Amino acid sequence: MKSRWLAVGMMVAVLVGALAASAPAQDKSMFIPLLVYRTGPFAPNGIPSANGFNDYFNLINERDGGINGVKIAFEECETQYKTDLGVECYEKLKNKGGGAVIVNPFSTGITYQLIPKAAVDKVVIHSAGYGMTASADGRWFPWVFNFPMTYWSQASAFVKYVGAQEGGMDKLKGKKIVHVYHNSPYGKEANPTLETLSKQFGFELTLLAVDSPGQEQKATWLQVRRLNPNWIYISGWGVMNQVAVREAAAINFPMDHVVGNWWTGTEVDVVPAGDGAKGYKSMTFHAPGRDFKVHQDILKFVYEKGKGAANRPDVGEVLYNRTIINAMLNVEAIRTAMKKFGNKPLTGEQVRWGMENLDITEKRLDEMGMKGLMRPLKVTCDNHEGNGLALVQQWDGKKWTIVSDWIEPMREIVRPKLEAAAVEEGKKLNYTMRDCSKES
Amino acid sequence: VPAEMDVLRRVSARCEAREPVIYREAGQFKTGYAADQAIFPIAQDRWLVVAGVAALALVPPLVANEYWLQAILIPFLIYSLAAVGLNLLTGYAGQVSLGTGGFMAVGAYAAFKLTTAFPGLSVLAVFVLAGLCAAAVGMVFGLPSLRIKGFYLAVATLAAQFFLIWLFNKVAWFTNYAPSGTITAPTRTLLGVTVTGPTATAEVRYLVALGMVAVFALVAKNLVRGRVGRAWMAVRDRDIAAEIIGIRPLQTKLLAFAVSSFYCGVAGAELVFLYLGSAETLAFDINISFLVLFMIIIGGLGSILGSFLGAAFIILVPILLTNVPRLIGLAMRTDTQKHLELMIFGGLIIFFLIIEPHGLARLWQITKEKLRLWPFPH
Repeated sequence: MKSRWLAVGMMVAVLVGALAASAPAQDKSMFIPLLVYRTGPFAPNGIPSANGFNDYFNLINERDGGINGVKIAFEECETQYKTDLGVECYEKLKNKGGGAVIVNPFSTGITYQLIPKAAVDKVVIHSAGYGMTASADGRWFPWVFNFPMTYWSQASAFVKYVGAQEGGMDKLKGKKIVHVYHNSPYGKEANPTLETLSKQFGFELTLLAVDSPGQEQKATWLQVRRLNPNWIYISGWGVMNQVAVREAAAINFPMDHVVGNWWTGTEVDVVPAGDGAKGYKSMTFHAPGRDFKVHQDILKFVYEKGKGAANRPDVGEVLYNRTIINAMLNVEAIRTAMKKFGNKPLTGEQVRWGMENLDITEKRLDEMGMKGLMRPLKVTCDNHEGNGLALVQQWDGKKWTIVSDWIEPMREIVRPKLEAAAVEEGKKLNYTMRDCSKES
Repeated sequence: VPAEMDVLRRVSARCEAREPVIYREAGQFKTGYAADQAIFPIAQDRWLVVAGVAALALVPPLVANEYWLQAILIPFLIYSLAAVGLNLLTGYAGQVSLGTGGFMAVGAYAAFKLTTAFPGLSVLAVFVLAGLCAAAVGMVFGLPSLRIKGFYLAVATLAAQFFLIWLFNKVAWFTNYAPSGTITAPTRTLLGVTVTGPTATAEVRYLVALGMVAVFALVAKNLVRGRVGRAWMAVRDRDIAAEIIGIRPLQTKLLAFAVSSFYCGVAGAELVFLYLGSAETLAFDINISFLVLFMIIIGGLGSILGSFLGAAFIILVPILLTNVPRLIGLAMRTDTQKHLELMIFGGLIIFFLIIEPHGLARLWQITKEKLRLWPFPH
């Protein structure tokens, strides 16, 4: 009987304890919430991504004392890549530390959730290389940015690469391409572009969905074997990547004809397949490795002080590099906004201006120790995708190496589709198109 | 016998004056069948519930911040509704179902299709119609329950879960051909107040969710007290015996599936329209079915109150556990914190199931019985 009372007591304690308040805010700082996933089936990719954000923001705080004297305050919140937990994290953190200015959802599903909310809350959404493709039309979606590139541009760059490998775009006719995708908004995102291009260039496209999280793909790869395609394009994430690469190797498919999108090509995705993964390719928009000055700075200013988030050898992983670039883009946008609004903690609205007027030159990349890591980037009011170009990298069994030149996406095909989609998506939210010539 | 009554009243008045008894029914005389069969025959219970609902309607919108309303209380109310629905089917009618997520998805997608096809339709009507769609689908998937029982039925309803999710993924018509397969709740108003869509305030969403759950819980409570509920319980306890006393199993079981799916459907529609704002099929995956099933197991099978307690436990405790380390100023890695949360949460589930296998509702009942005797336990 005593234990029953204990149980009742615990119940009451739990419910009462839930009524507590939030943490105090720092002054002279700007708050950026980090929606991360260090647990669950997407953790293999979530961990290096989260570490990159932490390390770059810590670098800015430790080396430079913040952005022009304004420190970056940030806090992680675990989403497990689940949309409902993502919403909870966003709601929890959006008013913290004087109000969040930028949110990086790090999940296309969560991005879809936040797009309607963030505009109302005046928080910038930066979905760097993911999210809703249509939001690249800044006239309809002023609060959402997906530079350096969208899924659609990426898919067109992939087709261009395949064309080049086959010896010309006209050689694509009659070729078979399979798209193995994660059955979620993320995985489906590339489909419309691939379908358009398949009609235009006459290649045969087969779409094969893999249900989340994607440990079970036997049936999918059986179909792949029966189809015997010329090329395979994979849009996977988390545990699905490792399984897909392993399955591709298991059916003895020529690995240099398997190309992952840029979320399907980091170290942890290929290592489990061992030698079978040799030759596997993936898209990317930056260089792999840690031979850049920014990495030396991170090791020196963050890791030497014991503030590093990752294990030392993992600095320079593909996804790690991607998120330090993502974090850098956030920081530079704030810096850009400070030039206009002054060196003080800014509001979401001011940061939005900074995002829209972001111009990262070769010179600036050099100053930041990122020369060669990525290309210069320019964002405009109507183009929130920027002018990013894609690369193809290949796994040689030990490390990733770049095996292509910068590939210009087929903007003339993608952009009109994107603008049409923006009208559709914008209307769903009762948005109106703004006139970019009137923006300052 | 007025003289005797008078003595009784005087004794009870004396007790009242001397003893600090707070939960006592002495002196509450039932003078008619209606009073005897009331939902809450004890006045204290009645007032507690009325005051509780009133407090829930008044206090949180004034006091709680947006995070509390939007991320904690609204999902709690929505999952409570789903748990009530599943409890009607599993707890009262004894039909185990793992199709809850699928039925919620039917509600959500039906609501989306209805409100985009008929933008003028009132949101409440949309919710109810979406619930009816889910009820129809639920009845179809309830048909096997006539031949299959127990765990086997659970597996059969699992088919509903997987088939429905597959269907919404596969057929683009359900999402109005959105390339991402995401449905977004459009802005809709009720009596001039924005209820759904990004501009709706958390307070309004909360009040709508609370109103719906209060009304539907009352309906459920009355259903299970009446002929229908008794028929369900008879089928649950011994279906052959139920048949012998004249309960038709086909109608009874299908009605249970229909009503339960209706509740789940409304909850699914609310999940998208009042909580998430937009959703894809992943929001209704098998985990949701398990989650709601755990809610009613922990809360108490065959108890409306238990549905609420279970939902509170499953929704609130993990959020609380996530926030505790920060509140007490403990710096902890995000992953450690999450792992700890899962461990403690799992431990608590086992703890409560060992302490009281009949769920939190039974625990509450025991507490009440003790209170009735207090301060004179035998």
